Amino acid sequence: MRGSADVEEKNQNGRYDGAEDGIVLRLTGITKRFGPLVANDAISFDLKRGEVVALLGENGAGKTTLMNILFGHYVADEGSVEAFGKALPPGDPRAALDAGIGMVHQHFTLAENMTVLENIALGTQAMWRARLDRGAAARRIRKLSGDFGLAIDPGAVVAALSVGERQRVEILKALYRDARILILDEPTAVLTPAETEALFRTLKLLVAQGLSIIFISHKLHEVMAASDRVLVLRAGHLVGERRTAETSRSELAALMVGQEIAPATVAPAKAGPPLLELANVSTRAGGGGAALDEVSLTLRGGEITGLAGVSGNGQAALAALIAGTMQPLGGDIAIGSATVKEWSPRRALASGIARIPEDRHAVGTIGDMSVTENVISERYRSARFSRLGFLDWRAARGFAEEIIADYDVKCPSPEARIRLLSGGNMQKLILGRALDPEPSVILANQPTRGLDVGAVSYVHKKLLEARARGAAILLISEDLEEILALSDRILVMSKGRLSTPSARGERTVRELGELMAGHAEAGA
Amino acid sequence: MEQALEILFTASFWVAAIRIASPLIFATMGELICERAGVLNLGIEGIMTAGAFAGWFTVYAGGDLWTGVLVAALAGAMFGLLHATLTVPLGLSQHVVGIGVTLLASSLTYFIYRLALPEVTSPPKIAPFEALAIPGLSSIPIIGPALFNQTPLTYLAFATVAIVAWVLYRTPLGLAIRAAGENPAAVEAQGISVTGIRMGAVMVGSALMAVGGAFLTMSAFNSFFFQMINGRGWICIALVVFGSWRPGKALLGAILFAAFDAYQVRLQQLSGGVVPYQVFLMMPYVLSILALVLVARRATYPKALMIPYQKGER
Repeated sequence: MRGSADVEEKNQNGRYDGAEDGIVLRLTGITKRFGPLVANDAISFDLKRGEVVALLGENGAGKTTLMNILFGHYVADEGSVEAFGKALPPGDPRAALDAGIGMVHQHFTLAENMTVLENIALGTQAMWRARLDRGAAARRIRKLSGDFGLAIDPGAVVAALSVGERQRVEILKALYRDARILILDEPTAVLTPAETEALFRTLKLLVAQGLSIIFISHKLHEVMAASDRVLVLRAGHLVGERRTAETSRSELAALMVGQEIAPATVAPAKAGPPLLELANVSTRAGGGGAALDEVSLTLRGGEITGLAGVSGNGQAALAALIAGTMQPLGGDIAIGSATVKEWSPRRALASGIARIPEDRHAVGTIGDMSVTENVISERYRSARFSRLGFLDWRAARGFAEEIIADYDVKCPSPEARIRLLSGGNMQKLILGRALDPEPSVILANQPTRGLDVGAVSYVHKKLLEARARGAAILLISEDLEEILALSDRILVMSKGRLSTPSARGERTVRELGELMAGHAEAGA
Repeated sequence: MEQALEILFTASFWVAAIRIASPLIFATMGELICERAGVLNLGIEGIMTAGAFAGWFTVYAGGDLWTGVLVAALAGAMFGLLHATLTVPLGLSQHVVGIGVTLLASSLTYFIYRLALPEVTSPPKIAPFEALAIPGLSSIPIIGPALFNQTPLTYLAFATVAIVAWVLYRTPLGLAIRAAGENPAAVEAQGISVTGIRMGAVMVGSALMAVGGAFLTMSAFNSFFFQMINGRGWICIALVVFGSWRPGKALLGAILFAAFDAYQVRLQQLSGGVVPYQVFLMMPYVLSILALVLVARRATYPKALMIPYQKGER
């Protein structure tokens, strides 16, 4: 009932445009604590009509918490939120929606078994209506998607949509409810470059209509490209506010991390003996990508081999093969100089292959088990952690504490469930678990995906240290900049096949891009 | 052999099948609503017992038949409220709470029965719902008597399926219920209370289960006795899976199971004691397991089924 009253008021008083000085949203002294952790410390800022504000900060800086308070998912311990000149009641998403605030969550809030239309219409029509008005909803969705370049079929089932399409549905959900303030939480984390560009075009159209946008990001180039103003959060504090036109990437990076970051310096490689060789290996299709088709690959000690390629071209199958979770259909695998007969994850680990899995949540860790249990999960059988079939918890806990200290992991205790850690800290634990036994071969699959600047440079540093020690590293990444920065040799994977290798600097970005797009090499 | 096939073409067989299906249809719809909202309700067996007693006792004490149905539904809704309070806002294990509710509801029912009728050895009978022939339609051969010459409660069971299907797929409320079972965060983000939706669904679902129980005392056996639900609640849980959480398919499942049950009774009579009767008793269950294996392997569960939703949890 309150909803309909508000709509009327909006129409009569022009509430949206009547706010003083064009300020549509004002946060005053927002403080939020989770136990001993202060996630937000007295944060205040304003948002003006037709403005794009970027909320920049590392993972765990408190960006998402702040936006969840604004939207009513969390209740702030102190402070207040005012939208269009009126105080918002705390902890009430309905009030935020009615006030014209829409939020696109990082983890989409869509019901996958329902259609686009059903997801958008959910909660927009009176609950006790005898019939959902699909026709009106479909017309409105079509109009909005046409106006703002958000192409989508209202009748499609969400489970069948790509990530980019799902994001469009989330934005449409907010626009459908007449949102005048749109909050986007890490909107580009899951998008391809082309989808990101389309998103930014949509944002421009929205701002031209007088909407105001807050977008959360830790990617500097996107913040520079798409925002008018930048707010920098660090460890729960608002540490800086800049007009985008008057700042630079390096200044923002320094504000975000609190210190200057030097890019990793790479000494020339001293290639050692081959440690892992694949000869004409084929597999079945795996991980939603292509199958390997007679792939040959040699990983040498002291060398980082970069594998570039568009995801879905066989990288998943290659990673699964090396990790032992997939069996070859044909071809040979050799460790050192010995050909392997029966291949399994346990054998791979025993042969000195360390794994940094692509999906740290689904494969890399067991979310509801403790940090200690997770760090010994690959080696719990070893004499170090078990005796006569019983686990030695003291040794396990000691090992966890060692990794937490050595790898600078921020976590409450070794007993904490690993799910509670931020992505960067989780990755540091996985890194510690993988690198501690000094493996001879390291399979690093998307090791920095979704990490912030500080964590990325840490992961790179550790990989380079392992290389200096003489390990052979296979770096699989969709981030071409990362591949170019770290790799001694670069291979491109396309449709389950590998290109010929090229040494550092031998191929241009353009040439690599063409190989990634599947164009055959000239003369090959 | 020929006789065994002939059974399938007799009206009395189909009349029995539909009658046996009716309580299953009510309770299956009830369970389906709960599970679509994300709550597994294992209280079903006990809630059916409570409903069977509440409906019967209301009539025995002088109430009118429809008042009995209403009282049964209210009793079910109360146990639903208990189940929902424990599983939704408090987020306790749905398995443990469900089994607890079943034990509590059946024991409490037997206790009240003993208190109310301390001296009785054979359970008193009530005047049950009478068959209500629909003019014209009921004279169609086989289908007529089976579908159009049943008690009003059977008609209500079929109407319930249509209503549940309509609400789930055609109304804003149904959207919210389905979304609550699939991704409660989506419901919360659209400003709807997940707790409200889930608690409401469990209460309404439990009321339907209780009416299913009441069918047995008010439209089939005409009296209440111990153990009369006899695992029907558990069958309904399997029927929800068999129907892939869809009302229409679940209805088919209920009728199929009931037909097996009616068939085995008639086969027993035919076999004349050569085959142990337990083999026939077993038949509907064996066939149900087979059907589940064949049909439900590809069933997609509501994704948030059995996962408590706590607002603002990290």
